[in-house]
Amino acid sequence: MSTSVAAPPTKSASPLRTPRKKHNPGKPKRSLLLTGLMALMVLYTVAPLIWLVINSTKTQAGLGASNGLWFAHDFALWDNIRTTFTYHDGIFVRWLLNTLLYVVLGAGGATLLAVLGGYALAKFDFPGKRGIFAVVIGAVAVPGTALAVPTFLMFSKMGLTDTPWAVIIPSLVSPFGLYLMWVFAAEAIPTELLEAARMDGANEVRTFFQVALPLLAPGIVTVLLFTTVATWNNYFLPLIMLKDPDWYPLTLGLSAWNSQAETIGGDVIFNLVITGSLITIIPLIAAFLFLQKYWQSGLAAGSVKE
Amino acid sequence: MRRTTSRILRGIALVSTLALGVTACGGSDDDSDTKAVSAADIKAALNKGGSITVWAWEPTLKTVAADFQKKYPKVKVNLVSERSGDKHYTALSNAISAGKGVPDVAQVEYFALGQYSLTKGLTDLAPYGADKLASKYTAGPWNAVSDGDKVYGLPMDSGPMALFYNKKVFDKYKIAVPTTWDEYLDAARKLHKADPKVYIANDAGDAGFTTSMLWQAGSRPYKVEGTKVGINFDDAGAKKFETVWQKLIDEKLLAPINGWTDDWYKGLGDGSIATLASGAWMPANFETGVPGAKGQWRAAALPAWTKGDKASAENGGSSLTVPALAKNKELAYAFTEYANSGAGVATRVSEGAFPATKAELEAPAFQSKKFDYFDGQEANKIFAESAANVASDWSYLPFQQYANSIFNDTVGKAYVSSTTLADGLKAWQDASVKYGEEQGFTIEK
Repeated sequence: MSTSVAAPPTKSASPLRTPRKKHNPGKPKRSLLLTGLMALMVLYTVAPLIWLVINSTKTQAGLGASNGLWFAHDFALWDNIRTTFTYHDGIFVRWLLNTLLYVVLGAGGATLLAVLGGYALAKFDFPGKRGIFAVVIGAVAVPGTALAVPTFLMFSKMGLTDTPWAVIIPSLVSPFGLYLMWVFAAEAIPTELLEAARMDGANEVRTFFQVALPLLAPGIVTVLLFTTVATWNNYFLPLIMLKDPDWYPLTLGLSAWNSQAETIGGDVIFNLVITGSLITIIPLIAAFLFLQKYWQSGLAAGSVKE
Repeated sequence: MRRTTSRILRGIALVSTLALGVTACGGSDDDSDTKAVSAADIKAALNKGGSITVWAWEPTLKTVAADFQKKYPKVKVNLVSERSGDKHYTALSNAISAGKGVPDVAQVEYFALGQYSLTKGLTDLAPYGADKLASKYTAGPWNAVSDGDKVYGLPMDSGPMALFYNKKVFDKYKIAVPTTWDEYLDAARKLHKADPKVYIANDAGDAGFTTSMLWQAGSRPYKVEGTKVGINFDDAGAKKFETVWQKLIDEKLLAPINGWTDDWYKGLGDGSIATLASGAWMPANFETGVPGAKGQWRAAALPAWTKGDKASAENGGSSLTVPALAKNKELAYAFTEYANSGAGVATRVSEGAFPATKAELEAPAFQSKKFDYFDGQEANKIFAESAANVASDWSYLPFQQYANSIFNDTVGKAYVSSTTLADGLKAWQDASVKYGEEQGFTIEK
């Protein structure tokens, strides 16, 4: 059955090629150089992942005694995963839940604020808008790391350091997300549509939720993805804000485990650090794959206008 | 306790240090804490109960804290660990300069004590009875925690140095274990010639190691008297160290690997790093970090600068201190005393810590303990003898943490360029002097 389906392409090769030529009036041939560069890029991005997967199957002894790019004699992946979740009374689970909390409240909140702010800036006229524009653009350029120490001193005065709020509140502000929503809202929501809604007697809240929000969905997913990745990977802010390991996110926790190897009498657990890292990136990959669908279709939907 | 210092963290440490300096200038109530606290006061506090926060990464404190709470059920010990070294000090300095979130007890390594004691960051524990504990400790650690009649912490562990060597490698090439640093140089040449993959040691420039080596060689580069500080690497002891180590560097006999990295653990495991001159706490790290090389390693006395000389030095080691801003000082002292002088010591030693107390060091059970990792060797005998031979007149800078952070930019160059160790040490001296003057210290040259 499959042979009959597989056979036609050779016959229909020429009719297939003609429409493609229409689309690509340039060279129909593939560029060997570009393909090569692409392959290198793939290798560059995938190699660390492969390394991570391979090495999370090794014990601490195996890590020292084997080549980094191939398996050791002992296969300890399941053992490593179990130990990662149970080590130090299962603190890894706590760190995982903390990270989830920071992502849900921090990234979720940041997205919500960015949507509200971006919509307002794109669709309403008010005095000082140009000033706000300058501030937002300026804020995009300031790296979060540079603000971490002043933020720490401020939070310390308010008595909020060493609490989850010290991580969540700064995460709520995403200048880049706001800018993205602003630009997206300006393009994706026709002003006429809002005017029509107002004419029909909808108040601003209802207009926002029933007319604007559905149109903004692809943009929201994009911002959510960006803020989620930023919060999930955030290291420096929690590093200076938190002291109590019970409130660590995964990034800090893994780094603390790693630094046990630099401590007199410390338990050296590179195998758990590696396995923990693998576990840490899985939810992020899952989120990316899941949201990518909406993201891609969304971007396309936004760009095509009839 | 070395690590590759992240520049950002270093920057923050610097900011915090500056903030500490300001606190020092502003703090005029020097005598607020000098009234004696009697044993009865401490006992009353223990009976009354309360909670204390302890910032310490020392792994054996987990059991100690549990035991302490069992003994004093009304006291809650909140042990905050998981963080050490630079990050620990950054957090501590930040908390002190912010005046909030300061722990009741903090672990501070000996080299970093001066930084906190001089800026009035720590409670003088002498009025609490710590001054009566001097005779319990070996000279090196006690000298590190005390300053005149003030006591800024209780020694938790110590790191008398020893030479750890891979017996399998030495046996394979039929090379004798060196007893002097000259023999060490010879052994390094033979080993590297026999197998170019094998190095006698790793060293890519380590402030803690270098200062310990200078200490053993009789060099006393730092002189500290309150805010008067002398910094001078130009003495006979330093020359001894420079001569031997310069040859090791020039002839490329040292593996260019930083300590405490995964490369380092790998090198210790596969025999490409044949010796390690380090503190007596090292066996615990061997056991968990290099499990594959069990049975291959042994301990020996640290090589001498002249044959028969027994002088040794400390490497690493830390104390428990009570910050000046601690809320519950009586309980904090009680815990510190319990962990580092009382019943906690035995618990900690049984879990692999190396004590700073004479009684534990001299105990027959301790000395005759057989180390499975070292194929049954009674290594504590070597360590205890080393502890007894540590000269006690060494001092670190009141800003040693900063000085160590610039080590790689100065002395470290000798390892990677044509700069000599002597020039590197001179550059380190100059940079330390400059910083000290900026911080308001009187520098005697």
